[in-house]
Amino acid sequence: MRRKKIHMKMSTGDRAFTIINSAIMILVCVAIIYPLYYVVLASFTDPVVVNSGKLLLYPEAPYLEGYKKTLSYAPIWTGYVNTIKYTLVGTLVSLGCTIPAGYALSRVDMAGRRILMFLFTFTMFFSGGIIPLYLTINELHIYNTIWAMVLPVAVSAYNLIVCRSFFESGIPIELLEAAKLDGCSDFGFFFKIAIPLSKTIIAVMTLFYATAMWNQFFNALMFLGDDSKMPLQVVLRNLVLMNQAGNIGSSAAELVTKQKLAEQLKYCVVVVSAFPLLAVYPFLQKYFARGVTIGAVKG
Amino acid sequence: MKRRANRKLSKEKTIKKDWKESLRQVPRSWQLYVLMVPALIWLILFAYYPMYGLSIAFKDFKPRLGILGSPWATPAFKHFETFFSTSIALTAIKNTLIISLESLAIAFPIPIIFALLLNQIKRSGPRKVIQTISYAPYFMSNVVVVSIISVLFSATGLVNHLIADAGGKTVLFTSAPEWFRTLFIGSNIWQTMGFNAIIFIAALVGISPDYYEAAIIDGASRFQRVLYIDLPLIMPTIVLMFILTIGNIMNVGYEKAFLMQVGSNSVVSELISTYVYKVGLKSAQYSFATAVGLFNSAANFIVLVIANKIAKKTSDISIF
Repeated sequence: MRRKKIHMKMSTGDRAFTIINSAIMILVCVAIIYPLYYVVLASFTDPVVVNSGKLLLYPEAPYLEGYKKTLSYAPIWTGYVNTIKYTLVGTLVSLGCTIPAGYALSRVDMAGRRILMFLFTFTMFFSGGIIPLYLTINELHIYNTIWAMVLPVAVSAYNLIVCRSFFESGIPIELLEAAKLDGCSDFGFFFKIAIPLSKTIIAVMTLFYATAMWNQFFNALMFLGDDSKMPLQVVLRNLVLMNQAGNIGSSAAELVTKQKLAEQLKYCVVVVSAFPLLAVYPFLQKYFARGVTIGAVKG
Repeated sequence: MKRRANRKLSKEKTIKKDWKESLRQVPRSWQLYVLMVPALIWLILFAYYPMYGLSIAFKDFKPRLGILGSPWATPAFKHFETFFSTSIALTAIKNTLIISLESLAIAFPIPIIFALLLNQIKRSGPRKVIQTISYAPYFMSNVVVVSIISVLFSATGLVNHLIADAGGKTVLFTSAPEWFRTLFIGSNIWQTMGFNAIIFIAALVGISPDYYEAAIIDGASRFQRVLYIDLPLIMPTIVLMFILTIGNIMNVGYEKAFLMQVGSNSVVSELISTYVYKVGLKSAQYSFATAVGLFNSAANFIVLVIANKIAKKTSDISIF
């Protein structure tokens, strides 16, 4: 509010700066939004119009054959169900690991806190890499199961640090001292007082972990074997990048439609697989920024 | 204020306690350790056991015998020697280094510039809208992003149509080696600029208005205020983020490189990490691939330690 005072007087140079700056910002927004907007439009516009190569600005010549074919293609649904399963279980497991540990690490009176913190932070910069992880997963006999998707990414050191910073600054130490005087145990304090006070961090963590799980691709490729277990990201990659989109069309008799559809199907598949995240984004985006700033308090 | 003073006091107390006293404290906070158990199990099984598994880089791994039971290789550095004697080693190292240095030079400063400029948008409505838009792509998976690239930049895609309209020739963006890095880094910027800017924007919001008021009285223009107030005051954050970025310099997004890789661009898109995946999991040369991966992680870690040391000496900022 106090800043309002500042731009009362503006020199020509400042005015030029403001104009150029605004222009840059508009350009940045267009560059970010337009590709997404184009893909969405192209997914339900007549391929003839799309292939003519003009810039699409508004919906015209709707053609929904692509969506019909895409939504009746069984592997997409299998992928969807798998991804939802992995995301739900994965997020729950991650929260169950990260929130209690984040709380414990925020307690200055826990002996060994620094060493433990170092051990976690170290994993951000050094890891065994994919082959030892793959062998570990084989030795644990979880290859080609849901656990191969969920457990390796159950804890992210970065998220743990964000979580710890939240508890350090969000829960006053007096509260703990008062509760201790009343004979409250650490469990009691964590479950009855700390958790109810941490809706924000739970929301932030859910968002971070759920998006990471939803978007997992490489681990599925490495740690899963069966096609029937593959998440949506792998299905999407097979269809669009491995050029299998043609498989969606059914019979040879429809060859002409098939060719017409081939490109549109790609747009449809991209939209279908990115849709859930885009739909929830406007509601959750504020937690995104909050999560990063909480983490920034203590790097 | 009081709370902060209190916490500081109790913190100092903890640090001063010697380890014997700490040990005596262990039983008292057993419940806290119980809260740590799930995360600790993860830490052991999925972080440190695989790290121990790196030892197979010096062994001849036999799946039957497992990580512990496989015999040591003779000589111990056999797999490393094999790697360096291949021609692909040099290409992969070179590609990894070039792409990470280019990313550092181009993709690192852009979020900072974006944050500085956004901070100059004084009306909070547009400012919020721009920021929200800017980090939307961060939500999207690499597969979605690479898919979008592949449809927009294909030979018959939108970009080539626009080029044709302007009288240019078709460019094979997705398969030509000379376009791989541009697309890779460009799309990285598109994905992460807004998200990476959040931390700088938060730092800028924290700058006291007194500085600006004083500067305005001295007749500083807006551009000068950005250059001489904003930039120096967020420098600590910049240095910190720079160390963190350096700390992962060799771990360039292998997932995206893998997705964008086609036979014809592999001269530039073959990175150490994509090579590890190929020889390790595709052709099951576990020990050899682990050796290559270990070389990558070790080189990366050395760079991090050096960057951290330099930063600590010159600006007193460090991550450990």
